[in-house]
Amino acid sequence: MASLKPMNGAEIVIQSLIDQGVEVVFGYPGGAVLPIYDAIFQQSSVRHVLVRHEQGAVHMAEGYARSTGKVGVVLVTSGPGATNAVTGLTDALMDSIPIVCLTGQVPTHLIGNDAFQECDTTGITRPCTKHNYLVKEPKDLARIIHEAFFVARKGRPGPVVVDLPKDIQFADCPYVMPESVKPTTYRPATRGKIQAIEKAVDLLSNAKKPIFYGGGGIINAGPAACKKFTDFVRATGYPCTLTLMGLGAFPASDKQFLGMLGMHGTYEANMAMHDCDVMIAVGSRFDDRITGRLDAFAPDAKIIHIDIDPSSINKNVAVDIPIIGNVAHVLGQLTGTWDKRKNRKRNLKELKAWWKQIEDWRSRDCLAYKKNSEIIKPQYALERLQALTEKRDTFITTEVGQHQMWAAQFLKFEKPNHWMTSGGLGTMGYGLPAALGVQTGHPGKLVIDIAGEASFMMNMQEISTAVQHHLPVKVFILNNEYLGMVRQWQELLHGGRYSESYAAALPDFVKLAESFGAVGLRANKPSEIDDVITEMVEVDNVVIADIVVDPTENVYPMIPSGSPHNEMLLGPAAKGKGSGKVTEKGKVLV
Amino acid sequence: MAKKVASQIKSSKSQPGSAYFMVDSDQRIEQHTMAVMVINEPGVLARVIGLFSGRGYNIESLTVASVTHDDSMSLITIVTSGTPMVIEQIRNQLERLVPVDSIKDLTQEGPYVERELAMVKVVTKAKSPERAEVLRCADIFGAKVVDTTTRSFVFAMTGNTDKVESFIDLMRELGRTEVARSGVVAIGRGT
Repeated sequence: MASLKPMNGAEIVIQSLIDQGVEVVFGYPGGAVLPIYDAIFQQSSVRHVLVRHEQGAVHMAEGYARSTGKVGVVLVTSGPGATNAVTGLTDALMDSIPIVCLTGQVPTHLIGNDAFQECDTTGITRPCTKHNYLVKEPKDLARIIHEAFFVARKGRPGPVVVDLPKDIQFADCPYVMPESVKPTTYRPATRGKIQAIEKAVDLLSNAKKPIFYGGGGIINAGPAACKKFTDFVRATGYPCTLTLMGLGAFPASDKQFLGMLGMHGTYEANMAMHDCDVMIAVGSRFDDRITGRLDAFAPDAKIIHIDIDPSSINKNVAVDIPIIGNVAHVLGQLTGTWDKRKNRKRNLKELKAWWKQIEDWRSRDCLAYKKNSEIIKPQYALERLQALTEKRDTFITTEVGQHQMWAAQFLKFEKPNHWMTSGGLGTMGYGLPAALGVQTGHPGKLVIDIAGEASFMMNMQEISTAVQHHLPVKVFILNNEYLGMVRQWQELLHGGRYSESYAAALPDFVKLAESFGAVGLRANKPSEIDDVITEMVEVDNVVIADIVVDPTENVYPMIPSGSPHNEMLLGPAAKGKGSGKVTEKGKVLV
Repeated sequence: MAKKVASQIKSSKSQPGSAYFMVDSDQRIEQHTMAVMVINEPGVLARVIGLFSGRGYNIESLTVASVTHDDSMSLITIVTSGTPMVIEQIRNQLERLVPVDSIKDLTQEGPYVERELAMVKVVTKAKSPERAEVLRCADIFGAKVVDTTTRSFVFAMTGNTDKVESFIDLMRELGRTEVARSGVVAIGRGT
């Protein structure tokens, strides 16, 4: 379609966003994007959320994208605006989150001149984006923006940067509609190969000790894919574990769910992964936090791996049956083939024995912790939070560290898109801005950022954003006055020499909240927890809840350095001892 | 069933392995020549090279030039080496790049022909016996003289990498040399 009316570049940007169905942009103005901000000022279709730091803008877009399934949009200025966004972009790349980040740039004739607030944005962001563009000609502008959205959401999603020189924003540009734009060279596969599907169903049918290992790819494929996954797992009756990124893809309350796997996963999930004879990996990527020691990873397993990205296949672990395609499509194909073979012979006796073995492992109660009536155990705080919020449609984000692992272990996710955490990059400071993004996409819903005091302080300026835009998120700080995970590793691996891991000079979080116009609450004792949580949930304002927890608590179970899945450290309260220990050599390797 | 991972990746005795597993691979290293068709646009070469450096892959040789009548596409010929698992990764990672249209692993898909162009300057003493020898050897290798002075020749020669290297080694014995090489270009045989 030809141009509607003559528009300049800035107006084209806004028109493109509108035609892409964008409702909200997270951004921060500056010299190189002023024309776009002028265009934003003159319209009311696209909402703008003014952030306090560009990193926060990208995390907000991530939270928005992960909870709504839409593309998150960021608008920042040139130079420092773009460089500040880099952490968020890398985070989105690692976790496969669809983001379009529009960056201002100095006018084309000044590029390469070391102009004020100039940086080589496409150069800097090339390795931390799925793709990026520098718009050099007005005629390319609309096409490139639409293409950016296409690339961001198509195939394995990811962040895309569009760098917009200021003269392009002023220039008269032709407009094209989104439907007319499609990159010719980017063609990710969607359907799995039939032969592979048949072979996979053969393998699954004959399995004696099978396990489903699901990841964030299922969430990315959408709620329909999660339902297909859940239905298929239930149809087989096989046990299912999920990665940190995959929580919510299968209901946590289901008997077939073994909990999260990996470094701080449950005993039963990791033991089952180690001992299984058939593993079906769905939208997961055999990350090093999942596999532990590679040469001892699932030594007896035949592995089926479904992924949309061929580069995920055989990257860390060689698999037997790779199936490349969209998880939703492939699960549909698998279910169809599975259903057709009603009369197959199955290893019912062995499967029964497998479940008995799993129940044995489960009975170790690996998440047990020592209760205390004086000091709040972080696990207890989360159990109470779970109990007091489970009737609501609650969205959880986290920062990164011990609290993140406890949240993954103790909160129950029944539905997809309700759990937003920085998995791949492990970005401290992710949770608060992500929560704001979630709240933007889900007004009226309860959004809680499970935080540590150290992570929270990395992006706490965004409390101001929350108050300004009436985004009543709840920051639930498990305050142990330490960089907790660092402290735990130092205790276990570095002889208790707590080098620089004490969070000294902490602010009074209650007063801090009040200074922003938010509500501050504090719980010092287990008996105060319920009241604090209830008030936090009820009050219609941004809340910082400072939960003063046991500073010495560690996250268990734990697969220590250099160990395989079946050698875990269990906590002091679990039944029986784990067989894991940290070797001298393991200490060297993180 | 013996585990393929365990057989393909072995940790040495000095490494107990860890969450950051460090691989000592005893797999053979293979050399592959890949032809990567890309959109001819600014930054595309940086993407490809950045992928190789960022992920720690080897580049033994890389050439790039526009190859279509309208200059819309370029062909990058890369000679790389790695274990079969790494070679597969390189191919798949290249495929993820948006401006990459297609990839041919010529070594795997073969047969193919490859050539390299070398310009070799050889400096000898004027009227010396080496000077005649240089010319004779060049003739045997089919190298063409493209420039000369009383003390030097510049040869242009094409061939596969082995041949080019043999020629250069020979010239080094006969005089002071200066070398410029194009890197490998390759194309599949037949239709």
